[in-house]
Amino acid sequence: MRVGVGLPNTIPGSDGRLLVEWARRADGGPFSTLAVLDRLAYDSIEPFTALAAAAAVTERIGLATMIVIGPLRNTALLAKQAASVDALSGGRLTLGLAVGARLDDYEVAGVDHRRRGARLSEQLATLRDGEHLGTRSDLPVLVGGGTGPAFARMARYADGYAHNGGPPRAFARAAASAHAAWSDLDRPGRPLLWGQGYFALDDERAGAAYLRDYYAFTGPFADKIAAGNLTSARAVRDVVRGYEEAGCDELILFPTVADLDELDRLAEALA
Amino acid sequence: MRVRVLGAGPAGLYLSILLKKADPSHDVAIVERNPADATFGWGVVFSEETLGALRDADQQTYVEITDTFARWPTVDIHYRGRTLRSRGHAFSAVARKLLLEILQRRAHELGVELRFRTEIADVADVAAGADLVVGADGVNSLVRRTYASRFGATVAPQGGKYVWYGTDLVLDAFTFIFKETDAGLIQVHAYPFDERTSTWIVECPEHTWRSLGFDEMDEAESLEATEALFAEELRGRRLMSNRSIWTSFLVVRNESWHDDNMVLIGDAAHTAHFSIGSGTKLAMEDAIALAQALVRHPDDLGRALVDYELERQPVVERFQQAAADSAAYFARVERYAHMDPMPFAFNLLTRSGRVTHANLAQRDPQFVRVLDAWFHGGGQVPAGAVAPSPMFAPWRAGAFEMRNRVVRAAADVDRLPELARSGAGLVIAGPVAVAADGRISPDTPTLQDDDDAAAWVPRVDAVHAAGARAAVLLTHAGRRGATRARRYGADIPLREGGWSLMAPSPVAYAPRMPAPRGMDRQDMIAVRDAFAAAAVRAAGAGFDALELDMGHGYLLASFLSPASNRRDDEFGGELAGRLRFPLEVLDAVRDVWPEQRLIAVRLNAMDGTKRGLQLSEAVAIARQLAAHGCGLVHVVAGQTVPDAARADYRRGFLTPLADRVRAEARVPVLVGGYLTTPDEANTILGAGRADLCLLDVPETELELQASTAPQRAADDAATDAAVTVV
Repeated sequence: MRVGVGLPNTIPGSDGRLLVEWARRADGGPFSTLAVLDRLAYDSIEPFTALAAAAAVTERIGLATMIVIGPLRNTALLAKQAASVDALSGGRLTLGLAVGARLDDYEVAGVDHRRRGARLSEQLATLRDGEHLGTRSDLPVLVGGGTGPAFARMARYADGYAHNGGPPRAFARAAASAHAAWSDLDRPGRPLLWGQGYFALDDERAGAAYLRDYYAFTGPFADKIAAGNLTSARAVRDVVRGYEEAGCDELILFPTVADLDELDRLAEALA
Repeated sequence: MRVRVLGAGPAGLYLSILLKKADPSHDVAIVERNPADATFGWGVVFSEETLGALRDADQQTYVEITDTFARWPTVDIHYRGRTLRSRGHAFSAVARKLLLEILQRRAHELGVELRFRTEIADVADVAAGADLVVGADGVNSLVRRTYASRFGATVAPQGGKYVWYGTDLVLDAFTFIFKETDAGLIQVHAYPFDERTSTWIVECPEHTWRSLGFDEMDEAESLEATEALFAEELRGRRLMSNRSIWTSFLVVRNESWHDDNMVLIGDAAHTAHFSIGSGTKLAMEDAIALAQALVRHPDDLGRALVDYELERQPVVERFQQAAADSAAYFARVERYAHMDPMPFAFNLLTRSGRVTHANLAQRDPQFVRVLDAWFHGGGQVPAGAVAPSPMFAPWRAGAFEMRNRVVRAAADVDRLPELARSGAGLVIAGPVAVAADGRISPDTPTLQDDDDAAAWVPRVDAVHAAGARAAVLLTHAGRRGATRARRYGADIPLREGGWSLMAPSPVAYAPRMPAPRGMDRQDMIAVRDAFAAAAVRAAGAGFDALELDMGHGYLLASFLSPASNRRDDEFGGELAGRLRFPLEVLDAVRDVWPEQRLIAVRLNAMDGTKRGLQLSEAVAIARQLAAHGCGLVHVVAGQTVPDAARADYRRGFLTPLADRVRAEARVPVLVGGYLTTPDEANTILGAGRADLCLLDVPETELELQASTAPQRAADDAATDAAVTVV
């Protein structure tokens, strides 16, 4: 299993200087991938824009959206943005797509929330069929979501599954569903399996405060997500082991505190 | 900390005890509307693991509780005049009344304030001034009802009607009694809980309950009628009522178990159907987890409540899933009333997914030995018989015979011999298209001319040489045709070199897929003849079985489903119309297929969409298929439309559907659905949920490690030999 790190593009206050330096350091560190989250109605840097900046200052590290909320975007522009980041980075992009969890993102974008699943399927079909939009045909695509239709969509159009976080046991359950859907749709081989988690290795309180704010829309669930934040090297190692055991190919650990030293702390925890 | 607990059931009492034990300075009071000696229900069951947790949490009550325990290792299943006994289980039970007495005493001794006979009008009255308010007030929790939206509470009935009696008949086993009446099957769940008394729960579907007249009886009449019904099993003993009235089990769920300084525990937070006997166990485990979380975070109540929830919710969800499966089993148990006692009993024991063939073999090796022998012997079990597990039992359908019940599917034709060598009894090649324009993608093999047929001969021979049977899945892609190969994805249209598609109605399958043309009678005849011609070639190539594809939204399936068949002629509309063309194809194939070989049909048991095919129709279809010569139904689901709202990809997701089709249509059934282990197959087969299992065996490093060593040694030896010769 490979371990990647998140870019703090959805932590309020992260400026360009920080994101670029973060990317530069991550490229020099032990991480396989640099990934971004996507939220429209929230103080954040747009994911493709953030990855474009990261692409400019990195050489080696993979770039990934974990995930981008496809239906908020015009499909041709989405394809163009993905193709552009891929081109700028010399083919280092993995494109993760899902419907997202927040109604207000849809309201702000003026997109019908009720059609989100069908719309994402249309977008995936277009991307897969869309060499004319500039995306290379072997661009790795991941799809997220925890429902039956989401797993079917993943198996139909994607190369793998992007899990939305949680304890290894929850990941293992989702992975089994991803395999089942893959097999049901007669796809050869097996789906790529990506997982994610959050960490704050120094300022636990700041990390929890960010997660409570970021997930405030989930109500009491925000507290549970905050409680799952990995706040010690030992917790990080346990989760890495648990995900590896559950068959994860790539685990992305997202920062909850936009402090550059967090990268070193994470690298140390993984060493 | 000032704690106010609503409800003096096991959850509230035990939590109070543990809180006081942890810190005697806590001010803990329990408010209960009933008197101290009022209790409803008879005995409650515990498992071994719960007992360990109780011992660790409070030694004193643990000793008192276990001193009064009835413990027994057996499950008796009374069915069709026979009693099948399974051993090696570990049940224990205690009188609910006694349990409460012990807990009340202990709570009192530790300084918990107990206020009985206190009716509460408003939770706020109790909550005033409290640091923590605990809703331990049971299935009808006032706390939960007061703040239902904040907890995200849902309450829904589950299963049939039931009533909870006691009896002075002292049982020596957990006893299930299945009684056939004119109105249908009625069952008893009974178990001892002290030296004088047993719990006697009676349950049946609502229609049976009505037919037996229970809906019009009062408490005394019901008791009398039930006693009469089970006079033989009660052996002259009585049933006892304790406000025992017929009711429906209510499943309680809450998205969140806490809100601010209020927390729910036990039945107030969640219930699990009584047929897995875990309500009190879960309640007391909740109390332990909550007390521990409060000790871990003495200054952070919010964090403690989140921790409690994070610890308990996944456990409870697993039990609720198992309980739902168990409740569903009992709700439809009538459908198994034709089964022989041995698979009936095994089906009962494995109903909730917690007991499997493998772990029952650990608990009760003799039961599993007899089950395996029964399975192999086709119902005959010579004394002391031993046999391999069910998956290794041969399977026969007329003259068609397989060495075992394991089926593997090979979309990649080059893998056929390898899969046959894997030990499977049957290897299915395909999908293979009956015509070029029926291909799914350009790489779909066909059986449209004699050259095609000739190419299959060596592959089929290789399967036979490995001792397996070979089947071919014959398909016509219909509106799912002309797509790129599956390694790129599914249902992604070819950009170049496509062909025109046809379907019952001119509606495109998925985004960006071209619309098919609606078929006319000539198209149908051509397709029917192509299926028959392909069947002739498949027979000539040596295939032992033919599987006709009526699943997953391909051409024949799209006739069956109202979601894809919108015709208004005789090939659409009601089921008989939608079934007409698929049956015509089956008949045409049946006419040319050698009689001693097998015809199977891959059939969608449901589409997972409101407008689509439903399970009840699929059962009717399966019956018709069998009447037209289909010897095996391969149950699949979904894909009739993409984005089916009710798609479900849990492990073994097809098993409940296969079970229903097999039990209701009484046809042999093959099931897959991401079954990856021998244990899953043995459990499904032994319980009669399917006749054959299609396995998806994942690649593991183990095979490589297990098999490369000898190979390397052989290579080395060969190298040595070569060197010697030189």
